Amino acid sequence: MIIKILGSGCANCKKLEENAKKAVAELGIEANFEKVTDYKDIVSYGVMRTPALVVDEVLKASGSVLSVEDIKKYL
Amino acid sequence: MSVFINSWFNDQILKMDWLSELIKLLVEKVFKLSVEDKVGAGVHFFIYDTIKIIILLSIMIFMISYIRSYFPPEKTKVMLEKVKGIRGNILGALLGVVTPFCSCSSVPIFIGFVSSGVNLGATFSFLIASPIINEAAFILLLSKFGWKVTLIYVIAGLLIGIIGGYIIDKFHLEKYVESFVYDIDAKETIVPDMSQKQRFHFASTETKSIFKRVYLWILIGIGIGAFMHGWLPDDYLVKVAGPENPLAVIIATIMAVPLYSNALSTLPLAEVLVDKGMAIGTSMSFVMATTALSLPEMMLLRRVIKSKLIWIFIVITTIGIIFMGYLFNVLELYNLI
Repeated sequence: MIIKILGSGCANCKKLEENAKKAVAELGIEANFEKVTDYKDIVSYGVMRTPALVVDEVLKASGSVLSVEDIKKYL
Repeated sequence: MSVFINSWFNDQILKMDWLSELIKLLVEKVFKLSVEDKVGAGVHFFIYDTIKIIILLSIMIFMISYIRSYFPPEKTKVMLEKVKGIRGNILGALLGVVTPFCSCSSVPIFIGFVSSGVNLGATFSFLIASPIINEAAFILLLSKFGWKVTLIYVIAGLLIGIIGGYIIDKFHLEKYVESFVYDIDAKETIVPDMSQKQRFHFASTETKSIFKRVYLWILIGIGIGAFMHGWLPDDYLVKVAGPENPLAVIIATIMAVPLYSNALSTLPLAEVLVDKGMAIGTSMSFVMATTALSLPEMMLLRRVIKSKLIWIFIVITTIGIIFMGYLFNVLELYNLI
């Protein structure tokens, strides 16, 4: 599983990545993390609000820092 | 009758005079200080203002966020794609007020708009109006100056956005947008409709996050305001920034622009400044200028717009704010607000 965090690197993006890592650890699954900071790439997912979460190339959520529980639902 | 209800609403609900009386009792009976006194007045202002702002911010940001859950930027973009000309500027400015976004999203929003064909002028109307009419500033204004001043503030902010975007449109400044923006093939996103439960959830998380972001600045502002209550000499301020000084608005605006980061702390200050004799328009310009032009946002936008257009954006907004300040001062002079 490839999990991408889209965002310019602001505090919210870091928090989302942290939560996503926790969710992965709690579910005990294997996942690779990637940060997407280039605006061209961010917009190519149709994202207008950062941070956004992409799981296996599917956009799951944008514009909010999801909680660990919420992220688990998307994995 | 309606005048009575109106003033009761302003005084008891927005300004919370009942709370002021309650805190006065606390200061006088428990702390044994007189509110006529410098220290007593400062303590009263600090406690009363803090409680009032916490109550108002929590309730009203929740309500505003709920309304905003109906206007995600993706939907805003679709609405803006369809209109052209001045109507695009009007709609852009209006949507700028109701569409929620934090300044770290201003670049993806800009790219999303422009690359999908939204007119550059309408995009700027959106980008100018959005930070000027800031939700927390709106609420603080309502509680300190009543609905009339707040309404004019909103209308003035909208006009600055509309006219600013219109000028950018007329001068065909598209050449100052980094060319890669037009090459991006932004994918359409389908925004799933939210259930009522999700909207409430959105509103409560928004409230929490806005609160976390602003409370420290507001406390600092109230603190300085409380201090000024006792120690700032009235006659000095009236002389420097009172209604008599024709340059006061310009000075207040230019001074405020680099203060961007603690925008919201300026509103508790504005109330004290107006009490001490500063003209309302001058203090409004000060407040607007601190929220409208944020340096971090300009730096982010620099990645998609060339410096020249950023400067045009700054100049238009600054002139707009100065103009609005004078408008308020004239209205105040003729007792219209």
